[in-house]
Order: sequence, then C-alpha cells, then structure tokens
Amino acid sequence: MYDVVIIGAGVSGCAIARELSRYRLKIVVLEKESDLCEGTSKANSGIAHAGYDALPGTLKAKLNVEGSRKMESLSKELDFPYKKNGSLVLCFDEEDVEKLEELKRRGEVNGVKGLQILNREELFAIEPSVGERAVAALFAPDGGIVCPFGLTIALAENAAINGVEFRFDTKVVGIQKCEEGYLVKTGKGEIQTKIVVNAAGVYADEIHNMVSAHQMKIVPRKGEYLLYDQRVGHLVSHTLFQLPTALGKGVLVTPTVHGNLLAGPTAQDIQDKEGIDTTSEGMAKVQEKALLSVPQMPGRQVITSFAGLRAHIVQMPEGGREGDFLIGEAADAAGFIDVAGMESPGLSCAPATGEYTAKLVTEILKPEKKEKFIGTRKGIPNMAHASDEEKHRLIQEDPAYGNVICRCEMVTEGEILNAIRRPLGATTTDGIKRRTRAGMGRCQSGFCNPKVVELLALELAKKEPDGDLYSKIRKSGADSWYLTENGPEERGLFHG
Amino acid sequence: MDKKKELVVIGAGPAGMAAALAAYEKGIRDILILERDGELGGILNQCIHNGFGLHTFKEELTGPEYAARYADRIREKQIPSLFHTMVTAVRSGNPCTVTAMNKEMGLFQVKAEAVVLAMGCRERPRGAMNIPGFRPAGIYSAGTAQRYVNIEGRMPGKEVVVLGSGDIGLIMARRMTLQGAKVKLVAEIMPYSGGLRRNIVQCLDDYGIPLMLSHTVTKIHGKDRVEGVTLSEVDEHLNPIPGSEKLISCDTVLLSCGLIPENELTLDAGAVMDEVTQGPIVNDRLETTERGIFACGNVLHVHDLVDNVSKEAQQAGAYAAEYIRNKKNEWGKPLRPPIPQKTKCTLPRGRDMGSQLICIGCPVGCLITAKKERDGSLKITGNTCKKGEDYARNEMTAPVRMVTSFIRLEGEDGKVVPVKTAREIPKGCIRACMEEICRTVVKGPVKIGDVLIANTADTGVDVVATGNTGLGGREYGQIYHGA
Repeated sequence: MYDVVIIGAGVSGCAIARELSRYRLKIVVLEKESDLCEGTSKANSGIAHAGYDALPGTLKAKLNVEGSRKMESLSKELDFPYKKNGSLVLCFDEEDVEKLEELKRRGEVNGVKGLQILNREELFAIEPSVGERAVAALFAPDGGIVCPFGLTIALAENAAINGVEFRFDTKVVGIQKCEEGYLVKTGKGEIQTKIVVNAAGVYADEIHNMVSAHQMKIVPRKGEYLLYDQRVGHLVSHTLFQLPTALGKGVLVTPTVHGNLLAGPTAQDIQDKEGIDTTSEGMAKVQEKALLSVPQMPGRQVITSFAGLRAHIVQMPEGGREGDFLIGEAADAAGFIDVAGMESPGLSCAPATGEYTAKLVTEILKPEKKEKFIGTRKGIPNMAHASDEEKHRLIQEDPAYGNVICRCEMVTEGEILNAIRRPLGATTTDGIKRRTRAGMGRCQSGFCNPKVVELLALELAKKEPDGDLYSKIRKSGADSWYLTENGPEERGLFHG
Repeated sequence: MDKKKELVVIGAGPAGMAAALAAYEKGIRDILILERDGELGGILNQCIHNGFGLHTFKEELTGPEYAARYADRIREKQIPSLFHTMVTAVRSGNPCTVTAMNKEMGLFQVKAEAVVLAMGCRERPRGAMNIPGFRPAGIYSAGTAQRYVNIEGRMPGKEVVVLGSGDIGLIMARRMTLQGAKVKLVAEIMPYSGGLRRNIVQCLDDYGIPLMLSHTVTKIHGKDRVEGVTLSEVDEHLNPIPGSEKLISCDTVLLSCGLIPENELTLDAGAVMDEVTQGPIVNDRLETTERGIFACGNVLHVHDLVDNVSKEAQQAGAYAAEYIRNKKNEWGKPLRPPIPQKTKCTLPRGRDMGSQLICIGCPVGCLITAKKERDGSLKITGNTCKKGEDYARNEMTAPVRMVTSFIRLEGEDGKVVPVKTAREIPKGCIRACMEEICRTVVKGPVKIGDVLIANTADTGVDVVATGNTGLGGREYGQIYHGA
C-alpha cells in the first residue's frame, strides 16, 4: 500500500515528489515514457518568468512569483543551471506603451520586484541588438533562464535519494476508487494508494476523467522553436519578449543557460497529444517574428528545431478557474489531487507547485517529517565549464574525464558514464543528451552518436551480458532503435 | 613526453599526415601529431571504397590504403602521435600554445614554434536544413552511417532514403545496398547532383536506385523511429510545389547535404575567417592571421578530392618548417587558396543508355559514345584517355566493377577489416562475391594486401585486405605514442 502515487515524471510531478520526500511517506512516481522529463518539460522556453504576466489573484500569479523567487537558491541546493539574466518586454508602438504600464502595475500587484519602464535609449544601452522599431520596454531584473532538463532531473534525483520510487514505461490505464483510497491500474500491474496526484501533463484530463464525473478537457497547444549555434549565443543577454502587436502574439528571443540562442514559440491548438512535429510554416513564423526583436537573427546558424505541447484546459471541471492552473482535490474524488493545465509559466512555478501540492497531501495524510532528509544534490561535473584545476582533479580521480566524446559540447566519457550510473540514470541517448549535453551541439550528434551508443552498450553489458546489445540501445521510446538486430549478413543481400 | 615541440599538427587525417611528413622532409624533427580518434588516417579509414590517389599515386586506392601510404611513413620516420587526445585551445605566440587532454595525461599544454591546423570538416546536420517533422531515431548524416557500417560493422537501417546527392550520399547508397538494405531513392533539391558523375553510374545506376533531381524531403514521419518521409518536387526557386507530395515509407534517412570546415579551434584562437570558404583567411604561405598557425585541408575549405588535400597540406607543412627555421616577420597578403570549380553534375537528358556511357575511370566522368559498326567492331568517341576506351569496350560487352566491403574478424565483436576485389570482377558476380564476403570470418592480424578470399565467386580474382589490424588500436583509452 502506497501513501502517494504521482502520475507523471515531468517538472511538476518531480517537484511534488521531492517536496513529499521530506516526509515519512511511501511514494511512487509513474511515468509512461522511459525517462524523466519526456513531455512538456523537455520542450519549452526554459524561462523562469518574473511573474508580471499572470492576472493577480490567480494560482499562476502566486506560484510564479514564489517559484521564481525560490529558483536561484534551489539551483544551488540541487546543482542545476540557472541564471538571472533579466527580461525585457519590447514595445513596438508608442500607442502600446500604456500596455507596458499595465503589465508593470500587474507585476507589482503580483509582488514582482524592481520592474521598470525603459525608454529607447535606456533599452538600447542595455541591449544593443534590439531592433530599431522598439520604442520602449518593461525591464524585469528578476527574470531568469533555467535548464528545464537540469531542473526536472535534479528534483527527481533528489526525491529518489530520499526514498521516492520511480517506475518508467508504466502507463496508467485505469483508476478505481476503493475503500482506503485508489487502485491504480498500469500496463505493469496494479498499485494500491491512499492519494493520487495527477501531474500527467497533456494527459491530465484523461487521468482526471477516470475518477471524476466533472469532465476535464485539455487541448495541446503546440509551440515550435529554433535553436541557434553558441557562436551567436551572445547576440542578446536578456530574455526578449514582445508585446502582442496587430500581427498577433509575439515570440521570445533569449540566450539559454548553455549559451545558445533560442527563438519561439508559436502557439497552435492541435488534436494529437503526441504531435511534437515541427512544420515549415511554424519555423518560418518563428524566424520572421524573431527578426522584429533582433534584426540580425542569423538564420544560417540554426542547429535544430523542436516543438513542445502545452497543456491548455478548454473544459475546466468544477472548482477550477478559467485560464488558471487547476491544482486541488477533485470535487467528487477525495484524495485525488489534480495538478493540471500546467502551461506557461509552469516551469517557473515548479518549485512552488511542489510545495503547494505537497501541502494539500500532508493536510490529508498528516505525516511525520523525516529526521534525515537530504536537501542537496550534486550534479554531473561539467568539463566544458570547469576550471583547469577542477579538470585536473576530475581526470586524476577518474581518467574517463580526460576522454572527450562529444566535441561540440566538450562532453567526456566520465560525464556520460556518470549520467548512466547515477540514481535514475540515463538508459537512452536522449537521456544522456539531456543530462550531459552530448549530441546537443552544432553537429547534432554526427560524431558522438556511435560512441555514445557504444558506451551505453558496454554499460548495459554489465547488467545483461547476453545478446546483441548494440541493437538494444534506444534514442528514447521502445521503438526508437538505432541499429538493426542482426548483422547485415543474416538478412540476405540485394532486396528487390 | 617533452612539452616543447617545434611543430604540433592537429589532426591525423590526410591533411595532418601530409603536413607532418612535409615538415619532416624539410628537416623538422621535433613534431607531435594530436588526434582525437584512435588511429592515423582520419575519415579515410571509413571511406573503404576505391577512387583515391589517382593524382598522388597514379593508381586507384581505397581510403584506408591511401591513408596507409602516409601512415606507414609517419611510423617509419617515428613521428610521435597522441591518440584519443582532444585539443581544447590553440594560442598564437612565440612559441604557440596548444592545450589538449586525454585519459592518461589529463589536461596538458604543449609549446610549439608553429602549429598546423588539420581538423577537417563535419557534415551539415538536419537542423541546419530546417527539415520539418518529428525527431525520431534513424536520421543519420551519411558519414555517421558510414562509420557505423564500415568501422563498427553494424547496420543503421533497412529501408533507406538518402537526402542530398553529395558523393558521401551516393557512396552510402551503394554501401547500404551491398550490405542488404533497400535504398529507395536519392533526393536532390538542385536540378543537378552535387556528386561526381561516375558515382551516379557506379553507385546508383548499377543498383537501380532512382536519383530524384529537384526533389526534397519536406517532412519526416515517425515518433520513435523514422517511418517515412514526404518527398516533394521543388520549383526553380527551390520551393516545394504544393500537390507534388509523395509519402515514401522508410526506416532510415541519410543526409548528405554538404560539409562545413570544423573551425572552432581556429575561431577561438582569434583567426580571421573567410565568409565564403568558412575557413580561416590565410596568406600565400597558408598561415592564418594568427602568427605561426597554419591551416590546410578541409579546415581551410572543403575539397572534393583527397589528392588535393594532401598537396595543400604538403605545402602547409613545408611553409611551417620554413617559418620555424626563419621566423619571417612579414605576413604578406591574404590569399584564398585555389578552389577548383566544381562541375555541376548534370546527366544528359534523353541519354541513349544503349550507346552513351559515363566513364567511371576517374573523377572527370567523360561522356563516351560507343557505337557498333557494321563489321561488328565498336566505334568509341568522347573519351579523353585510354582508360575511357577500355571502360567503354568492357561496358558494351562484359561490364566489370571493383567491389569494396569489409570482412569480420574472428572473436572480436564488431571488429572488421576493409577489403576489395584485387581487380574488377564481372558485374553479374557482385552478388555472389558479396555473399562470400559476408560469410567469411578471418583471424587477425591482417595486413594490407593479404588474400582473404581466393578466387571469389569463381572469377579468378582474389578478395584482399585494404586495411591493417592491430595498429594503434581502437580501444578506449589506448594512447599510442610512436616515439
């Protein structure tokens, strides 16, 4: 019998798991994919919003400001990349300056500190690459950028160290109310639990509707992005938003914590909850709109494009508020807690979402706090950014840190092995990429892919010494194989 | 190891090896080659097909054979090389400083009076081409697939679409076919191919693989593994024509869409770059704007032929040697190295396949007409050398091809040695020959020229090794130090 089942190992689920791991509770996180951070959490802007955007009084506003405030100290406790680079909302029309003022007032009511309206000169002084058409900007010094994988994985690893169990490739197919709580049915057996936390991202409606008569409907909202070479990562230093213009909602241009340049997202409601394909229209739109903020956006320096889905609730069940997150016990299902509609600024909110939701759980279960909660976690060493002394020390401790595997991002064998061997370690090349950045650079894994696959196979060989290990290595999902099972010889030559 | 050298060469591919040897010939003895991979030869080691060396050695070699000609001399001269060693920074100065790291030595610096940059190039990734769709497994740059097949002895897919008709794409279309994959088509966005004409003949035509000019992939399907692509025709502005979309099922997409000089170290060193070549600006002595740092090979600009890389690198090595001896102070004028005009590879439309042939004897790819005279003899025109006449005669009577592949090594999981037929065999025997090659397992060590299959497919021709085993070693962490 579990105390808590958390459905979904995205940033919200992992933040809740980490908060709850402070208590004497038996907790399991169920994830349908093979790794952490496989849904909305892996494909977004990577922004820690300051919190001026959400309407005062909403959960979005409250959790955003709280979450954003906690982000910096959390990044130190859990060792993930975060940088307070400040954000600017660019205004391109004198008539719209009033909208900036309104945003500023809204932010102040929400509790955002240091907001300031900049005129043209002030704006160009702190961000010279901004386009001539900008007339003013709202400056939020507390805006930041964060590595969405780094944050999610750090939260999960810390939860795991503190006793939370994670089960991957475990899809929830049904939930039944029972005497002491719920019976959660998965593709890999059934689990008894007192509390269910539904943090299932774009699938949160399906999970909710398994137990509640008050129906929820989520429509995934696709956002496409372009990622640029680190060579042009310093083109801007702040995160640049655009006030909506007559042409519609704008896109952001931002440096990432890893020194790339990122532009996007588009916003398109779609039906397919797995529809993370990019489109030529979407990519063209991002490129075109980004030029308004930064006229020198270098189209030739794009190294990859991606799309993510935001969980937008179109049918809000009873108890929820239109346009807001839905976090709370379902009206007709005691002990079933929704954490749904976690669209933007869900990533920024995560640290606060964790606390807020954990409180809902502890109010029901009234658990004792653990005496020995480990509040910190050390990430994978980063050879690319280590000082020479650190490099020496790491190579001395383990020579594998001297062997560079991914040359674009300077990721070593030591880092990759660390990513595989640590708690909730990587089992796929995407998992290694998100933990170490191997394959995320300008050649997009052209050179390191065979080496990463080899390292994964050699590590796998320690657990499963039999069979053709190379053919078992996956990019992410079960069907994402890299190499055919048999050597070419066994399949006959010259098809057709 | 002494951390002070006269010359440090970065990269042990064709450029690095030729530069080091040229400097040696000029009297420089204190040389160090730094190489990130585990052996000499660079990307040539995975180019197991023939077609190299016609200019340099006046004979047709495979990539590993061409590399071995230089590697043997490097070993003979005992020029030391560090393998599995990544250079992280280069700084100009007197002396220059090269920072590198590997497993055994950790992070270290080498002082050098001169440095030759010979890091080669990389392939354009999918993202740089903005191909929309999902991001599943099964999308490889052609060179990555080449490494999997030819070095690792593994197959990256079964049903293949190749995007881009650069030479690597064409070569891999044949290679994947020979190893049992079904290559459905090669799509090229331009109205002409970026590859050599002879490769279209011997890699595509020979195996009935269609070349779709003015076509491109406009979407990649499949969430986990590639399930297919949308192929669209493009107009004269290279924009996809609506309504021309066709769904092609496949599990693998190989990208052969151009190469980019790999100049991260060059940029970091502060050298001024040439926007056109994407390599550093150099003077007439192949020195970059950073004193004492020279560049050659694909780092300078992407070459079509390895023979030209070797030639340029030889010059760079000699100039570096001269610089070490004389320390000339004038930098002189910037000069773009001669870049041979790439011929647009167009195949004559409405070509009479019965009598018009494209010679595969060398990169020129002469269009030869071979007509049967009344007396039964062949009248051959259009060839520019004797080779063309022989080729046309054979092609009209009994066409022959050289087969290149690999043979597995006994007891060494995944390890393979490259091979070729000692000379051309009848086209009709390729299949039987490949079946034999695939069935064969040999015991190491093997060296170039060893006969591994005698009289393959009853052709009277042997299959011989084109690579050596047991030199340098590909094992992780094995750092071979030649001197």
